[in-house]
Amino acid sequence: METIRKFERVCEIIDHNQRNAARLIPILQAVQAEYRYLPEEILTFVATSLGISPARVFGVATFYSLFTLKPKGKYLIRVCNGTACHVKGSMGLYGAIVKKLGLREGEDSTPDMLFTVETVNCLGACGLSPAMVVNDEVYGQLTPQRVSDIVDEIVLKEAQNESDAHGA
Amino acid sequence: MNLMLTGLNKISQDFLGRSTAATRRILVCAGTGCLVNGSLKVYEGFVQALKNSGINAIVELKKEEEGVFVSRTGCQGFCQIGPLVTILPEGIFYTKVKPADVAEIVETTVKKGDVVERLLYVEPDTQRVCRTKDEIPFYQKQHRFVLSNCGAIDPEDVNEYIASGGYKQAMKAYLEMNPEEICELIFASGLRGRGGGGFPTGRKWDVARRETNVKKYVICNGDEGDPGAFMDMGIMEGNPHSVIEGMTIAARAIEADEGFIYVRAEYPLAVKRLRKAIDDAYRVGLLGKNLFGSEYSFNLTIMEGAGAFVCGEETALIASIEGKRGMPSPKPPFPSISGLWGKPTIINNVETLSQVPLILAIGADGYRKRGTKDSPGTKTFALTGHVANSGLIEMPFGATLREIIYGVAGGMTSDTGKAVSDGFKAVQIGGPSGGCLTRDHLDLPIDFDSLKTVGAMVGSGGLVVMNKNTCMVSVARFFMQFTQHESCGKCVLCREGTKQMLALLDDIIEGRATMETLDLLEDLAAAVQKGSLCGLGKTAPNPVLSTMKHFRDEYLAHVRDKRCPTGKCKALVRLTIDEDLCKGCTLCAVKCPVGAITGEKGKPHHIDDKVCRKCYICVEACKFKAIKGD
Repeated sequence: METIRKFERVCEIIDHNQRNAARLIPILQAVQAEYRYLPEEILTFVATSLGISPARVFGVATFYSLFTLKPKGKYLIRVCNGTACHVKGSMGLYGAIVKKLGLREGEDSTPDMLFTVETVNCLGACGLSPAMVVNDEVYGQLTPQRVSDIVDEIVLKEAQNESDAHGA
Repeated sequence: MNLMLTGLNKISQDFLGRSTAATRRILVCAGTGCLVNGSLKVYEGFVQALKNSGINAIVELKKEEEGVFVSRTGCQGFCQIGPLVTILPEGIFYTKVKPADVAEIVETTVKKGDVVERLLYVEPDTQRVCRTKDEIPFYQKQHRFVLSNCGAIDPEDVNEYIASGGYKQAMKAYLEMNPEEICELIFASGLRGRGGGGFPTGRKWDVARRETNVKKYVICNGDEGDPGAFMDMGIMEGNPHSVIEGMTIAARAIEADEGFIYVRAEYPLAVKRLRKAIDDAYRVGLLGKNLFGSEYSFNLTIMEGAGAFVCGEETALIASIEGKRGMPSPKPPFPSISGLWGKPTIINNVETLSQVPLILAIGADGYRKRGTKDSPGTKTFALTGHVANSGLIEMPFGATLREIIYGVAGGMTSDTGKAVSDGFKAVQIGGPSGGCLTRDHLDLPIDFDSLKTVGAMVGSGGLVVMNKNTCMVSVARFFMQFTQHESCGKCVLCREGTKQMLALLDDIIEGRATMETLDLLEDLAAAVQKGSLCGLGKTAPNPVLSTMKHFRDEYLAHVRDKRCPTGKCKALVRLTIDEDLCKGCTLCAVKCPVGAITGEKGKPHHIDDKVCRKCYICVEACKFKAIKGD
């Protein structure tokens, strides 16, 4: 049942784009907005629906850095590593988050899938460097301490939500 | 709906007429920078505070009514002192406005016309208080031409753009000029592509105009991927209609009936404002069928990028719009002859297109009054790095770095942001494709051709100013890592060559390099330049070559002496224990994973540099801050 519902939504997205293979990128963007990542079976489904090879769909999905084939954490922290942020110490911020979350080499998400950390090329908030964005919220003029506090605030908020949910 | 001059004039007169009854106008900056600092809350605060004081807050000019007109504008450039608020008609300019300040501004300025002194900008050097924008050196020393409307009008209101003279030039292009005349005018103006290449726009258009194909396309390149550059974002957010008007004129010039704006998805606000602008333009009849009552049509679609720097290259961008991997293809054929779906296509940068209506308005000679003979006009720059004032600026071509850094930017700062008189080391211009300029180039007039002679390029216009504490090898490595990561993988030399160049730079930074490494790096750089198809690979070695040329001593210090002159390369730092500070607590020796620290309890310890792996665990562990790098 779940799977059928899943494909219904994908069908809507494809129809909305007139089943046009040239609209592959907007289609994948819409799918990712829906599922927060690109599930493999959906990519094959998209290929068949558009009458193109799965290789082409996977090719596009893996080429562009905003597409992900892996699920991401509830909070996606993207530390800006554009030139302006870089010279003002953005990698120190990244290191501080990785350390704070206890991520090991090669890991980008916490085991509870609450956080995913990555770097992004440039957010265009260079006047406020170093900057980062958590989901859709941009933070500027950061320090490692401030970054650590932001993570604490989110963890606290989540814990409260959890206890509220249990209390109710 | 056909829209003739009477229609445009009516919209304009209606807007101006409705605004006359408003006694004041409050402009709250809502560019990306100010929004991050909370300007939306300031805007909402004003609406609420006005209501609380019994003043009618006009958020949208629907009819003529008394009150105070509150608007959100695009980026005003000086992001670091935001949120910015301007109160008209006096032009009082408030900085760092917090929601808590709003009530006081309404009470003092809106009601009484007095000034809230503490929110005014104070010039750091002289402590001079600036009442209006024009008194601030950051603005005074610029020449805002393309950006003149950014921050002055509401970017989400098509009526206000029309009231400021907007779309009049598009109408002129459709009703009074033929395609050839438009191409000639743009060519005569000397407009050159602002995306980096500096190709004459008029010539590009004329090639596409001469093609006889019935289907042609106009594409606006808003894929500003260059890290540290946000000029196009400023224009798309601050004055989206100027881009649309420029595209409409371009479409007439080459007789195209369809266009695309390709915008980076990392700029959600620019995407939102452009979408709104396109919808409004359709609604008013400025896009679609029979423009201005002529027989010509122009349809415009927005396309969001998906995070690939290489898509800033025009053939890669075309592939991306066609729904493929964004990989470049060989030129010729140039897109002007065979572009999107094989049809003649012109691709222009955001800033280039937004100059077009201005050129039609003031003519080629008028346009040439700014800038230099071969690079007329102005250029926007994203000014960032170790300078007192960072932000979005605009200068005429021919301005010098000295004017920008010591004039507009207000001088150099240290790593902690304190002003320093003699801190300048270099400027990286043109991002990952550009090069660095040094003290010797401070008085070089900046234009397309002068920069090429010194191994740099205007690029899209990112200016990252670096102070004396910046390690130039690390800067080169940063850009190499960027291009290596963004290489699309089509050309072997770009794909593998950038990887090897990065590895060689790592060797230098981590102390494994020999003099041969430097030779190899230069050889490889030449090969990558030669063996790559598109601009990304061709220019990828530029930052390395230019830093090697201007800062060879720094490379030699890393390679020969195994020393980083700025102390920024951790692996080359020699860690020592200060004997006066060390209490002999043994904590560092216990924590050291390789046993490099020795010493008796209660006596100063010692680090053996040959064994030390520079992991810095001891530095973090020491409670007396006794372990330091040289």
